[in-house]
Amino acid sequence: MSETQEAVATDVIRCDACPVLCRIRIGQSGACDRYANVEGKLVRLDPLVVLQNAQQAVPFVDGKPWQGNVLPTFVTGIGATTTYPDYKPAPFIVSSKADGVDVVTVVTEGIFSYCGLKVKIDTDRFLGPEQAAVRVDGEQIGHVTTAEYGSQMLALGGVRHLTGGSKKEGNVTCDAMLKLANKEPVEMTIDGGARVRVQAGAAPVVNGEPEVRMRVGCGSATIGIFAPQWLGHCDEVIVVDDHITGVLTEHQAGRFLDMRPAGIRVRGRKSTPGRYFKVAEPGLGWGGTNISDPLSIVEKIDPKTAWPGMRILMVSTTGEDAEWFVLDANLKPEKQRMPESVRKVVERIAENCEPALCTVLFMGGAGGSLRAGVTQNPVRLTRSVKDMITRVTCGGAPVYVWPGGGITLMVDVLRMPDRSFGYVPTPALVLPIEFTLPLADYAAIGGHMDSVVPLESVLRSQKVRYLPA
Amino acid sequence: MSGALSARLPDGRLHLQHGPIDVLVQAWGDAAEVEEGYGQACTRFATLLDELVGELAALRKPVHSGFKGPVARRMADAVRPHRAVFVTPMAAVAGAVADELMQALVAGRQIRKAYVNDGGDIALHFTRGESLLAGVVSDLANPAIDATARVAFEDPVRGIATSGWRGRSQSLGIADAVTVLASTAAVADAAATLVANAVNAEHAGIQRRPARELKEDSDLGALPVTVAVPRLPPEVIDEALSRGTAEARRMQAAGLIAAAYLSLQGRTEAVYPPRLELSSVSS
Repeated sequence: MSETQEAVATDVIRCDACPVLCRIRIGQSGACDRYANVEGKLVRLDPLVVLQNAQQAVPFVDGKPWQGNVLPTFVTGIGATTTYPDYKPAPFIVSSKADGVDVVTVVTEGIFSYCGLKVKIDTDRFLGPEQAAVRVDGEQIGHVTTAEYGSQMLALGGVRHLTGGSKKEGNVTCDAMLKLANKEPVEMTIDGGARVRVQAGAAPVVNGEPEVRMRVGCGSATIGIFAPQWLGHCDEVIVVDDHITGVLTEHQAGRFLDMRPAGIRVRGRKSTPGRYFKVAEPGLGWGGTNISDPLSIVEKIDPKTAWPGMRILMVSTTGEDAEWFVLDANLKPEKQRMPESVRKVVERIAENCEPALCTVLFMGGAGGSLRAGVTQNPVRLTRSVKDMITRVTCGGAPVYVWPGGGITLMVDVLRMPDRSFGYVPTPALVLPIEFTLPLADYAAIGGHMDSVVPLESVLRSQKVRYLPA
Repeated sequence: MSGALSARLPDGRLHLQHGPIDVLVQAWGDAAEVEEGYGQACTRFATLLDELVGELAALRKPVHSGFKGPVARRMADAVRPHRAVFVTPMAAVAGAVADELMQALVAGRQIRKAYVNDGGDIALHFTRGESLLAGVVSDLANPAIDATARVAFEDPVRGIATSGWRGRSQSLGIADAVTVLASTAAVADAAATLVANAVNAEHAGIQRRPARELKEDSDLGALPVTVAVPRLPPEVIDEALSRGTAEARRMQAAGLIAAAYLSLQGRTEAVYPPRLELSSVSS
């Protein structure tokens, strides 16, 4: 009798992956058929995602104290699952040899209650005023934040919308974040602004119109770049831009080329010579303004300065819109066919514009309790990350760790494997996170040394999905 | 330990998963009402498994009374009419979970129709004029729709369940699949399990092992569960199917089930609901 009991004690493990706490004998699987007892060890039968030849898929940057630059096979946190309570060692603590140095990767899936997305939309079209609410299905999921050069920025998600508002607000926010993070499209509306379809890695679609190019620069910068190429072909160039409209002969660039003042005064407020703010209202027309007729921004043409036969190019900051005018005997602009030499420069503006893209950075705090799955002394992990001894990655993709307290990280979702993100009903997002560091350092920060398993045994005991490099 | 997970599939269906529970939900109606309903189902799901686990030891024993949790009570109620044979409330666990989630989904909401599919055990909801078409897959290894059942508002059917020896649950019988239509998913689940147990025959090639040897925690204990069935001669198939059909007819006569569809190695038997038999005669 006692023999049997002993056998039971050694052959049967208790699975703690869910509250059912199945007892599983060697060779059996649990009630879910997801976890099984293989040679006395609890293993997950779902595939664990493995990046093969991670250097090609996501290159590691050279960090100075960092010795083990590249793991030929890198285990991501996708499918790693997580443990609860937090202080239990993370599901996979894997050691591997890289350049002869023993390195440890702690692989887990983190639940991020504090998280958001920073969305960069390459367009000068007016999406909505700063601070305006961004909505999906009528629920606010974020807001318009400070514009960047050639791009509009949205701050989405965050703990306030996830858990601070109504339940529907939280669910809609979580759902939209999950889709965006998993590179799926989301249609959103901005209060007092546009309807935008955002998908990481794809062009934004503003009010049903796909954006094609990002502007080459503001109107003033466009003048600064192309002025010498216009010299001799145009008497005046006006680059229409909602931010700063440039007027070549007034602009420092034109003056430097000794261009004759043309006497064309545009609307708006003069910033410095040849640079004008607010020539029109923001909109979906030329250069992010609301105009479709470029002459509507011309306030007056000075008869004392201008002359009949003067050649004027009006162009937007992307080169998408351009028209050619010649002043008649009464100094009235007359639309004419654009000479080939000028068209070439307009085309060059377009050529120098980068394709307009939406990019999505996930931002979240990993400085909380999930650290306990890595080490018994969580602050040492934080310090080790700050000292660049421990490398943090999400699904194998490099992250930027913000300076200051905690482990607040940003990662480009496009660099992560597809469908890396999941969610829990909190609502909060779940994503893979890996901490990689030399074995000796892992011991030094109070790592769960008893739980370290060799890479080969993980690859042997787990179902793995290899990602193409 | 992982908690209850919920996610939306690309086509909009709701996916709920916690431990061994894996559920797909779809509802039709006003979009806002459907979303509210999904939210209610998610909220209910969040604590459901923990409640079940609290009474798990008792649920793995032959049915008795005194269960506290609503899902546990649904399970016990569904198997109680069958207590003459060995049965534990676990025979109705998947169906009971589906019923419980369906109740949460529709409570106070205007939902035209909906289903909650817990690993093949399905709870249904209809308003007048609505119906759903369910497909029956007899062989999971070669999935194909072998039969369909259109269930409508007028039918006394709000649950569909399928049982067989190949699935995740253990079976004492050799049926590839027994699909039962009944008043609730829990009732259908219990009945499908027991009809599948009844589809049985003696044949030297059929391999059976004590349930505990396959799943340490099995409620079936030392009872022999089917682990392999060879190609059977036609007379053995007929014998097994006729035993199962007799059991299904007995349950139908007792008012426990509406209909059943039995499948074994390419042969099928159906126990039709009386209403359908009448309509086929008149047409």
